[in-house]
Amino acid sequence: MDLLNAFIAVLNYVIVPATAYGAQLALGALGVTLIYGILRFSNFAHGDTMAFGTALTILVTWAFQALGISFGPLPTALLALPFGILGTALFVLGTDRVVYRYYRTIRAAPIYITMVSVGVMFVMTGLTRFIIGVGEIKFDDGARFLITAREFKTLTGLAEPLAIRSTQAITLVAAGLVVWALFWFLAKTRTGKSMRAYADNEDLALLSGIDPNRVVMVTWIIAAALATIAGTLYGLDKSFKAFNYFQMLLPIFAAAIVGGLGNPLGAIAGGFVIAYSEVAVTYAWKKVAMYLIPGWEPESLLQLLSTEYKFAVSFAILIIVLLFKPTGLFKGKSV
Amino acid sequence: MSTHQPKAAKGGKWRAPAMFGALAVLFILEGTVSNTMFSGHWDNALGILRVGLISAILALGVNIQWGYAGLFNTGVVGFLALGGLAPVLVAMPPTEGAFAAGGWGILFAFAVAIVTLIIAVTLYNRIRGKLRGWVVAAVLVLGFVAYRTLFDPAVEAIQAINPAATGYLGGLGLPTLLSWPLGMALAAGAGWIVGKTALGLRSDYLAIATLGIGEIIVAILRNEEWLARGVLNVNGIPRPWPVPYETDLQQDPGFVARVADFGFDPMVGSTLLVKLLYIGLFVGVLAVLMWAAQLALNSPWGRMMRAIRDNEVAASAMGKNVTGRHLQIFILGCTVLGLAGAMMISLDGQMTPSSYNPLRYTFLIWVMVIVGGSGNNWGAVLGGLLIWFVWIKAGEWGPLLMGIVATGLSEGSVKDHLLDAAPQMRLVIMGAILLLVLRFSPRGLLPEK
Repeated sequence: MDLLNAFIAVLNYVIVPATAYGAQLALGALGVTLIYGILRFSNFAHGDTMAFGTALTILVTWAFQALGISFGPLPTALLALPFGILGTALFVLGTDRVVYRYYRTIRAAPIYITMVSVGVMFVMTGLTRFIIGVGEIKFDDGARFLITAREFKTLTGLAEPLAIRSTQAITLVAAGLVVWALFWFLAKTRTGKSMRAYADNEDLALLSGIDPNRVVMVTWIIAAALATIAGTLYGLDKSFKAFNYFQMLLPIFAAAIVGGLGNPLGAIAGGFVIAYSEVAVTYAWKKVAMYLIPGWEPESLLQLLSTEYKFAVSFAILIIVLLFKPTGLFKGKSV
Repeated sequence: MSTHQPKAAKGGKWRAPAMFGALAVLFILEGTVSNTMFSGHWDNALGILRVGLISAILALGVNIQWGYAGLFNTGVVGFLALGGLAPVLVAMPPTEGAFAAGGWGILFAFAVAIVTLIIAVTLYNRIRGKLRGWVVAAVLVLGFVAYRTLFDPAVEAIQAINPAATGYLGGLGLPTLLSWPLGMALAAGAGWIVGKTALGLRSDYLAIATLGIGEIIVAILRNEEWLARGVLNVNGIPRPWPVPYETDLQQDPGFVARVADFGFDPMVGSTLLVKLLYIGLFVGVLAVLMWAAQLALNSPWGRMMRAIRDNEVAASAMGKNVTGRHLQIFILGCTVLGLAGAMMISLDGQMTPSSYNPLRYTFLIWVMVIVGGSGNNWGAVLGGLLIWFVWIKAGEWGPLLMGIVATGLSEGSVKDHLLDAAPQMRLVIMGAILLLVLRFSPRGLLPEK
């Protein structure tokens, strides 16, 4: 029984939240890695693209709520998501037209384009804060729990509760669908194949008649969609705050690099590696230890690092990967 | 950096003096003219100049890294914050009994951590085969457990000492000026750790690694209460020599008589004098830094740096150790950032870790360097002063402008929202300035020669 309780405690406090967080990071890292693979720069504006998309989604959600439109047990934000994606995609395509395209045509150094993305980041973060403010916003509605702690306890008779929030379940389902659609698109469709060809070898792809403008456009649309979905899911699961999305940049980049920059499969793996490590390192293992070793009551909380240092975990993993395997777990680009 | 190099800047050798002259006019207008754009108070103008000088030093540090060597440091805020820790450690009075209670324990814990790391690295290099991973991991785990058993009680003991007022180790009670070299050393140490791991890899890895170290240093300052009271802030850090306190001046009859001769109120006179002394101090530091930086830039070493920046492959073919030089210059730049951090906290007189915002202290500095002219030290100083002025004034102009825009609107939530959100517009303005300069004048206001 104690073993089962320990397992449920780990499930409830580590595995379930980390899986949802990992899926959100994976979606974010996929966007970063796609832009890196095809447009060949590290996009520092990605965190704020997520924030921008989420802000638009929240605005549409509020409009729907005001009109009395709801999505039954699911959050209204899911209905608003397509509009958020549309707005973000249009904005991002606009930045490409006005800003990035010039640097592509002059073939500027990647680090220079990264610098340019800092300018875009400033504009996007300013606009997001202008539109929706700097405060914390909760916008989840609909059913809150798939299974509540109390239900689980009465159902199983265990001492430890297991609560699964509906946002966590939605995150997993949505992330699964998105990833499936993305990989299908990249593997099977003509445009997807041309994107992969362009990422592998730009010159050869151009020689074989692939339209670079089309590839770039589709990449930005996909990246905007991924960013908006990741941001909205994260916001539903936790809450929306512009600055937190900026701070997500580090774990997202860490996930993309750990997996191997430019490698979509790696980005997903990296997202989960970062998320599980972050949650496991900042979780207080005292309760689990007491279940596993009867009669032992540790004095400390058995918490490796306090939760404020969760960024240190992404950073440490990033450094370890840079030291020992700079191309990442899955082979990324080594340009 | 880009392959696109525009023609040489217009104006020749008079360009820099003209730009600095225009900048001076801006500050003079701020000090004298009172209208919707300028405040007309010398107090404001000098206050902006004072922090602008620190911004100029920050921009100089970033320019050493980016302009000399093309290194993209996105953790400026971290090195700045680390430098800011130095005045707390040096100038604050020591907390009675804190060192005896837990100071030695913490030092001992750190020693254990360092020894563990050394053992782990040595074992990693000595052992071959499958066993290596397990042995190193075991050493690290054991070391960590030992470290935490020593560290946690020591921290608790320190934080238990009068938590409302101190609850931290305190400083050494030495003059504040002595903390500036320490700030430089702290930032240099952090720079060495980051540079050692992230340099020599792809260029944007450094950008991402520094982003991480920046976040972590600020997180440490926010959470380690034994060190600098975390979010409880350390107040009352003594001013650096030779800056006096306004209240002391106002009570000094000699001073009051002297300012009366110039026709000043003692209140106004003392605040102006304090600001001017700070400005004099900062100008002195900036002048020394500029002298050293210009000397370095024009030396054979500086030529080598530019050669490496412009063509790494050619430079390494000529036998230059590119990664080694990059590490050197990265540490050098971080040292300057640490100095600026220590100066800023000496100026503020308090350590407030929650005010270290990366947008303000990392990316705004980047705007300064790019606008001023990357690779040109005078450009960095110009950019630092100018952008800081614009940043401060844009915070005031934004709401004014929005008020004008919103006059046509009827009273209501939309208008309120516009007025509330207006200060955020300066982020957009800064982004637009950065993008415009990068696109149309990538060499900045004062281009590199």
